[in-house]
Amino acid sequence: MSRPFTPKVLTANDLIEGDAVWLTADETWSRDMADAELLEDEAVAQERLIFSLTQSDVVVGAYLVDAEASPAGPVPVHFRETFRTRGPSNYAHGKQVGA
Amino acid sequence: MYTYNDFDENFVRERVAQFRAQVERRLDRSLTEDEFKPLRLMNGLYLQLHAYMLRVAVPYGTLSSKQMRQLAYLAERWDKGYGHFTTRQNIQYNWPKLKDVPDMLDALADVGMHAIQTSGNTIRNVTADHFAGAAADEIEDPRPVAELLRQWSTDHPEFQFLPRKFKIAVTGSPTDRAVTKAHDIGLRMVRNDAGEPGFEVIVGGGLGRTPMIGKVIRAFLPKADLLPYCEAIVSVYNLLGRRDNKYKARIKITVAENGLEKIQNLVETRFEELKREFNGFDQELLFSIEAQFQPPVFRDAPTAAFEAYRAANPAFRSWSDTNLSDHRAEGYAIVSVSIKKHGATPGDATADQMRVLADLAERYGHDELRISHEQNVILPHVHKSDLPAIYEGLREAELATANIGLVSDIIACPGMDYCALATARSIPIAQEIAERFDELKLEHEIGELKIKISGCINACGHHHVGHIGILGLDRAGVENYQITLGGDGTETATVGERAGPGFAADQIVPAIERLIAAYLDIRNDSDETFLQTYRRVGLAPFKAALYPEKEAQNAA
Repeated sequence: MSRPFTPKVLTANDLIEGDAVWLTADETWSRDMADAELLEDEAVAQERLIFSLTQSDVVVGAYLVDAEASPAGPVPVHFRETFRTRGPSNYAHGKQVGA
Repeated sequence: MYTYNDFDENFVRERVAQFRAQVERRLDRSLTEDEFKPLRLMNGLYLQLHAYMLRVAVPYGTLSSKQMRQLAYLAERWDKGYGHFTTRQNIQYNWPKLKDVPDMLDALADVGMHAIQTSGNTIRNVTADHFAGAAADEIEDPRPVAELLRQWSTDHPEFQFLPRKFKIAVTGSPTDRAVTKAHDIGLRMVRNDAGEPGFEVIVGGGLGRTPMIGKVIRAFLPKADLLPYCEAIVSVYNLLGRRDNKYKARIKITVAENGLEKIQNLVETRFEELKREFNGFDQELLFSIEAQFQPPVFRDAPTAAFEAYRAANPAFRSWSDTNLSDHRAEGYAIVSVSIKKHGATPGDATADQMRVLADLAERYGHDELRISHEQNVILPHVHKSDLPAIYEGLREAELATANIGLVSDIIACPGMDYCALATARSIPIAQEIAERFDELKLEHEIGELKIKISGCINACGHHHVGHIGILGLDRAGVENYQITLGGDGTETATVGERAGPGFAADQIVPAIERLIAAYLDIRNDSDETFLQTYRRVGLAPFKAALYPEKEAQNAA
């Protein structure tokens, strides 16, 4: 039996900058995960993943990953994805300082 | 040092021009990512967690001051003001923008450097003993041979699509500072009965998910046969190596599955064929390369100023006790500059620090610098009378940490702070261990101890050959750290033994502390190193220290 579907977001890296981006409900890419569309339906999630194949001139390596709803918008489940919203822990670089 | 000839220069420039056009075609949508990815990887450009990463080769770890200054320039102009020196003597830039990379590569070509074959299933940057040409125990400088291998392997048409990546390390000393036994091919210079220099050829070593110590495939290979013999090994591997399973594709698995004897026979047969085709041009090339690696003219000067400064300045004395090694020339020393200040990121140097290192090398060090696989920078040729000035210069740049070979001289891969493959972070663990032992003021009493940390099973942080190895894993969505003990990356290479269940991120530093307290307790005397003690008493007492509750249960 396959595992029940858990909510996801679609994420990738920006083609030019290389940083993490998330797909929003209006099919644009945001640098802030809170703007992402939380995909609670498996069919819709697959549809978005297929859409990402047309986005190869904007993003690289799109994938679906677990996320949870929060009042501010979707938040990561796994620590790897948390780091992607933030940046490295050894310097104040990356998204944690808005760069 | 080797200077590019017209052929090298044209080749590297042409590759940059090609890559510039490839990037343009990627940005104007003519190339898809699937088409572009192998092209960027051929030029050392990876995509990591937060950004692209450019991996630049430092062939056999050798840099001139001009090259080091250019690395500083790249860091400042196109990155965030620093670079990361790696365990394969490369430097990585963590924040380049795709559109800037061709300019970065052109800037590297200006000083005879490139990022070619720092990725992909090719022969990677050839690494060498970082004390090459300076070590007191050396038979010959291994770098001319490493440069010959670099030229032979660069764009070698037969070896651009190997089953998997291929790493070669070479040392000219019986003391192995280049981890030759953990490479696909390890070359260790030895002398035969007639006293002639040649190589012990080691094959099939490697770390990663299946760590293996390399096996001797040829006990003595005359120097003149080096290229045809290496070509024979790689060509046998190219045909025999597995392409059906990425995790079984390295030559270590080819050797393990086929047996050393079979590989040996195939290699010797292929070698006989190839040897006839190498009719001396490789040796002519080697002679011309050797002419560019002539040792500097060493001066004969008094060292009294060094002794006097040592007597007067305890901090300098401590630094000179840990950070200097014996040089082949009278009155000289090899300086290891620690890029491991307590609490800093192992292997990271700022652009300013790189420039200080370049200036010191130019002024006092015959214009030479080395990058060690232990992520430190070496000034290989320093007259002892210049050491006080060098020390003061380093101190002002926060580069005078007296910890080479000690607890805080930790190898750590970038881990999940940067790397897309990582399963846990490495850098914060290294920072915390270093800070804790600095606080305890115990490092000098503990003595020689190599801690090596990898953030995933691929083992870029060499944890298998750490006296204490730490492997970061993802256990049910939480960072977890496994400890291995008794590893050794030298001529007595050993893969460390797993100590038991892993530790949570906030438990790993206390666990390391307990291990070291146990060592201090059971060592015979302060001359017995951690590794020697481990080899004498085995895993049991260390396991008891790591898992005290389990020990209490057993006793009850």
